[in-house]
Amino acid sequence: MKWRLSAIAVALAIPAVGLLGFGLTRDPGEIPSPLPGRAAPQFALAAFTSGAPTSMHPGPVPKVDSVKLADLRGQVVILNFWASWCLACRGEHEALATVASRYVGSDVHFVGVLYNDAPSNGMRWFQELGPVPYPSLVDPGTHTAIDYGLYGVPETFFIGRDGRVAYKQTGPVTDSLLEAHIAELRAQPVAATETKGVPEVKP
Amino acid sequence: MTGLLALSSLQVALVVAIVGILLLVAGVRREQPRLVAAGYSAVYTIFALLVVSTAAMVYALVTHDFSVSYVAQVGSRATPLFFTIISLWGALEGSILFWAFLLAGFSALAVYLHRRESDAMWPYAAATLLGISVFFLVLLVGPANPFHVVSPVPADGPGPNPLLQNHPLMAVHPPLLYLGYVGFAVPFAFAVGAMFAGTVADDKWIRAARLWSIAAWAFLTAAIIAGMWWSYEVLGWGGYWAWDPVENASLMPWLTATAFLHSIMVQERRAMLKVWNLNLVVITFVLTVLGTFLTRSGILSSVHAFTQGTIGYYFLFFIAFVLVGSLALVAGHTPELRTKGKLDSMASRESAFMLNNLLLSVLTFTVLLGTLFPLIAEALRGIKVSVGAPFFNMMTLPTVCALLFLLGVGPALPWRRADGDELKRKLLAPAIGLVIGAVLAFAAGLRDLYAVLAFALGAFALVSNLQEFWVAIAARMKAQKESPAAALVRVFGSNRHRYGGYVTHLGVIAVAVGIAASASAKHEREVTLAPGQTVQVAGVTLRFDELWGRQEPRRFSVGADVYVLRNGRPVSLIAPRQHFYETQEEPVPTPAVLTSMRRDVYVNLMAFKEDGSSATIRVLVEPLVMWIWIGGLVACFGAVIALWPRRRGTPPQVRPVDADQPVARKRQKRKQPRVPAEVSV
Repeated sequence: MKWRLSAIAVALAIPAVGLLGFGLTRDPGEIPSPLPGRAAPQFALAAFTSGAPTSMHPGPVPKVDSVKLADLRGQVVILNFWASWCLACRGEHEALATVASRYVGSDVHFVGVLYNDAPSNGMRWFQELGPVPYPSLVDPGTHTAIDYGLYGVPETFFIGRDGRVAYKQTGPVTDSLLEAHIAELRAQPVAATETKGVPEVKP
Repeated sequence: MTGLLALSSLQVALVVAIVGILLLVAGVRREQPRLVAAGYSAVYTIFALLVVSTAAMVYALVTHDFSVSYVAQVGSRATPLFFTIISLWGALEGSILFWAFLLAGFSALAVYLHRRESDAMWPYAAATLLGISVFFLVLLVGPANPFHVVSPVPADGPGPNPLLQNHPLMAVHPPLLYLGYVGFAVPFAFAVGAMFAGTVADDKWIRAARLWSIAAWAFLTAAIIAGMWWSYEVLGWGGYWAWDPVENASLMPWLTATAFLHSIMVQERRAMLKVWNLNLVVITFVLTVLGTFLTRSGILSSVHAFTQGTIGYYFLFFIAFVLVGSLALVAGHTPELRTKGKLDSMASRESAFMLNNLLLSVLTFTVLLGTLFPLIAEALRGIKVSVGAPFFNMMTLPTVCALLFLLGVGPALPWRRADGDELKRKLLAPAIGLVIGAVLAFAAGLRDLYAVLAFALGAFALVSNLQEFWVAIAARMKAQKESPAAALVRVFGSNRHRYGGYVTHLGVIAVAVGIAASASAKHEREVTLAPGQTVQVAGVTLRFDELWGRQEPRRFSVGADVYVLRNGRPVSLIAPRQHFYETQEEPVPTPAVLTSMRRDVYVNLMAFKEDGSSATIRVLVEPLVMWIWIGGLVACFGAVIALWPRRRGTPPQVRPVDADQPVARKRQKRKQPRVPAEVSV
């Protein structure tokens, strides 16, 4: 046994082990999105429903025909892509309806976008699972989904007052996750240069 | 109750394994055969205990004992019995149990076969095998314990992953893979044993290692082919190889083992390449552990990954221990292994083997780099990248073509030095084959460079390998007045390793040609058809007749009846389906394949209207796919021939270094007993 040669071999083996060890600390399923930190892609889409009062928010819900992202500048937008055929969306429906009910009429706007699905299926879904108090949009040709680099449904984008995507959630959201991101984004001041010329949004 | 019994067996096995290692090492150091014998008993005992716990798991699965955590995780009352039994390896814990069971079985067999040999390497080898068992047993009593008690006992379970209960090949692919992986642990243990015993410079260990390597190689080959077949039949994309990290992980030890099976012949005949062979044995095992690690730790994204919390760190520790320990051992022993042999000529069989080893190593390294590159990139630059098929195809295909060429040249080359005229004579027929192969491929419409090369070089290698048989048979027919069939049998008997190897070559050629044809001449079309409408793809006419749906246990199945038409009349039915499982959010497509020697018609149901008014189907027509499966079988069959035991009294097949072939063949011929080959050692 020649120990010096052994030591050289060990020195060569250690980086390989280190690499594997590093790999263990990573999540390979995590798909990075280039969006966080960048301006949210603009869209203007027709709504197939304005949403309806929920048990948590029995009051009226504003009537909306379409949503244009530019109109919401200066406010917090939670953009949720979903589909009636998506099982995981079922799991987050309750959380979205509950949290959104707390913010009706505030500076936090929830927007749903139906992905690869028919509005009639979407309406049936609301009948079955209960309504949400915010508009749901149709995305013809899934152009908006493509702009947002959608990987699957559900995916939720958190857009700050500066019009930038602050966070992206792949997979279902929960009550606490929504509240945490909303609290952070509301605390963000509106940069002076950014607010200039932003139209007042009617409640 | 069952769970408790099984878990206790595993705990006892862990203790016995540790005690066994101590007994073996103490026995061999103090030269006390009784301690060594006690250590061997420990190996058998562990096997018995693992039989108990594995049988208990199968019993729990079959009787739907949901108080056992693994059964509660993968079992369901509605799953058919067959899929219930094979769900033993359908998820992490069960697969590790099964793995440990196979390892214990192989260890017991290895010890049993060498129990009477007194060299110090065998106890050390047994201790090494026990050490590997300790790792799996620690997993089983710790983080991967499949026998947790579930309370309250659920009434029913979710059933296995739908993809794993879709096809009977799932009964074949994982066990074969484990047999292959576990099989390479034995040659590794022999190598480690010989290094500890200080006898690694002898050829003894490597001869035993060679037999185990051939067996493990055959299992791994069969496993890889079965995995390709499963992916082709089940996943619905019409391909069989995606350069998925875990596929690569099974390919890498296959490549290094293939290299070893060739370079070992150089050591046998010319006493060269000892260090290299030792490295190949060790690296093959390390790569199997790496494969296990990649599959079981969830470190890379892959269809095979079962992501689990802490188990990755156990594997990391194990792989670190194996890698560091074995590299240190091998490096420390290299000075003993320096050999004086040198090449006499570049045109010799040994140089062909060396070139083959070089190319296989390059392939292994390329695949390793491509597989781990996402990790390297993230570690060094913090960026996420993925390495896909284009990289692997571009990097590997030239090497694969060069290997195919060697597959034809190698058998034609004699040991030591080739004589120019003889070489010309032997390569004439293969060269004609090469031209015919290229012309045929071109005439059949292939234009892809590598596909044409695969046909040409495949034909070259085919003729060259068949010629070896032909020359040997013709010589026997002439000298012994034997019938061609009898001569063929005797030729195999005269040197099983050699002619078994040539049979394996034929299989490999078939696989190469099948892959080249099916990958480069694939026709694909996706259409939406109303009932009664037809579609034509690559000369095949298909008619969609009707859409049907039915409730099956645990799933709803929707199928499309598609007929292949010949002269307007339906001749065969292809019925692709989609299965809807309660526990799965998206439907599981189940393609249907009409297979034949010439081409496969592969139909997948992509979408349908619920009222049955239309179905969207994807049709693929792929030539020669079946030859991949046939070739795989033939390659394994060749390995079986090579392994078929010699009869007692026949001389070992290892010929002295300087004996030249014809003489050796004649001598063996004389000693050939006239009884059929069934009698085994």
